[in-house]
Amino acid sequence: MQIPEVSEKWTAPINTVTIGATKDQGGTRGKTVTVGGQTTLPFLTFEGELPNKPVIAGFVADTPPDWPDVLKQAIGKEIESPTEWAQKCVQEYKVDLINLKLLGADPAGKDESPEECAKVVEAVLKAVDVPIILWGCGDDEKDNLVLPDCSQAAKGENCLIGSAKETNYRTVVAICKSDKHKIIAEAPVDINIGKQVNILLQDAGFDLKDVVMFQTTAALGYGFDYVYTILERARTAGLKGDKLMACPQLCDVGGEVWRIKEAVVDEDVLPGWGKLAKRGPMWEATCASVYLQAGADILVMAHPEAIKNVQATIEQFAG
Amino acid sequence: MIFIGERINTGFKDIKAAVENKDADVLKEWAVKQAKAGATYLDVNLGAVSSKPEDLCWMIEQVQAVSDLPLSIDTNKPSMLKEAVPLCKKPPLINSTTAVDEKMEAIFPIVAEAGASIVGLVMDEEGSPKSADKRVENAGKLLAKAMEFDISPEQLFLDPIVMPLKYMQEQAQEILSAAGQFKLFSDPPPHIVCGLSNISNGTTKKHLINRTFAIMLVANGLDAVICDVTDEDLVNALLTAELVMNKQIYADGYIEAFHS
Repeated sequence: MQIPEVSEKWTAPINTVTIGATKDQGGTRGKTVTVGGQTTLPFLTFEGELPNKPVIAGFVADTPPDWPDVLKQAIGKEIESPTEWAQKCVQEYKVDLINLKLLGADPAGKDESPEECAKVVEAVLKAVDVPIILWGCGDDEKDNLVLPDCSQAAKGENCLIGSAKETNYRTVVAICKSDKHKIIAEAPVDINIGKQVNILLQDAGFDLKDVVMFQTTAALGYGFDYVYTILERARTAGLKGDKLMACPQLCDVGGEVWRIKEAVVDEDVLPGWGKLAKRGPMWEATCASVYLQAGADILVMAHPEAIKNVQATIEQFAG
Repeated sequence: MIFIGERINTGFKDIKAAVENKDADVLKEWAVKQAKAGATYLDVNLGAVSSKPEDLCWMIEQVQAVSDLPLSIDTNKPSMLKEAVPLCKKPPLINSTTAVDEKMEAIFPIVAEAGASIVGLVMDEEGSPKSADKRVENAGKLLAKAMEFDISPEQLFLDPIVMPLKYMQEQAQEILSAAGQFKLFSDPPPHIVCGLSNISNGTTKKHLINRTFAIMLVANGLDAVICDVTDEDLVNALLTAELVMNKQIYADGYIEAFHS
């Protein structure tokens, strides 16, 4: 029996976004990272072009996150220093770029000043030469103060800056335009708001070809399927020619997985669930691998074993 | 929705005069105006003003001088198309052929060679069909013949032939029914297009009738329309109909995004 031809023909490619700037391009990065450009769904090499592999950004923060010991120990003492942590991510974990979160700025925590945060950004930029993704602490009001200083400190480095939401997009657009950075457009697991944020960015004069979409991220067991279907629907809309949805997509897997019960508590609390030291990284790797299938282009990841596992997966499917 | 701007047509007095006097400004103004309104293609129709290919070529050149949009070349004469199509900077939509063998055999090679698209009117030697069944039968002929020439369903725009509501009221339902069946032909399906303004010919409520019928056609698979793209209410209603049909993802700013 002849196997029927089932390959789809899509009408438009996903945007290509390059992060980082080398010396020639006005920055100091040793290399740039390019995502997007695909003309079909993930890994379907028989259907279309997949010019850029998905990439992994190593999770780094200016202050150690509230993480379980199995993760902190796996990373080691370097977790206390953003520069050393970033270097370990690049040299040992071989990540493609660094995802720097300025958690120390949180008013409910250390409440670090914008100047202190900017110093961290400068130090990390000096410590590693891969492109940087830059986030505030997640408190909108404080981030409006922190991000301009950090953006300025990284001027010309073509960072990816997070994040522009419906409520704060004007500030993010202004700093990214003046300091030449790219934007992460964020929506709260809502495809309609995701599209709306892109419309607002476009109205504010920001080119959607310089935007990466972020539908927040859910860990497996905590709304994972909602995020999965949104990533998938956004991607198919983009491939069908909806220019407002044709942006590459980011998932903060490391930032999300290590907050849920299954990746935090050991066998004493969850009998029969196996050792946390093994279960935690497996949970992170599984989430990340499945998001790749949904259409994620950038995965933010934390545990070295999970990173290694997903790197192998990417190599196997897209190598 | 694929919007094909109908206005550069010598059926309109200003365009007729402009072509006769070689007054390029009028054509250019309409090209810019329709492009700003969100047109996907600009239809260029020399009509009966002249039978000289060079006049059609002149029109194409004026439009392309001010707009990057692909054109819809509105003629069924192969001799005209042979001159006009090579001038097009982007693969045009050729408007149109009927389901008559000799017509298709003359025009499809031009379509295939240029990588163009083609509007297929579902009429045959007997003229415009009266029933949905006959329209579907002719659509099948167009699709089958196109495939012989390696023209994919995505390059074919089936036109169910819209009749004036005022004079042939019973036809509207036949047209809707036929359109609904066209999309079942293939996967991916051919495009479904219509010359919308025909529906309101001779009526006093043209805009409302155009808009109402257009929306009903979208519910039956219409994804392209030859219309007055500067009629903002019509365009907005069509954008909304596409949301209702789940063809586009909703966002609060969907109207503004289209017009920006």
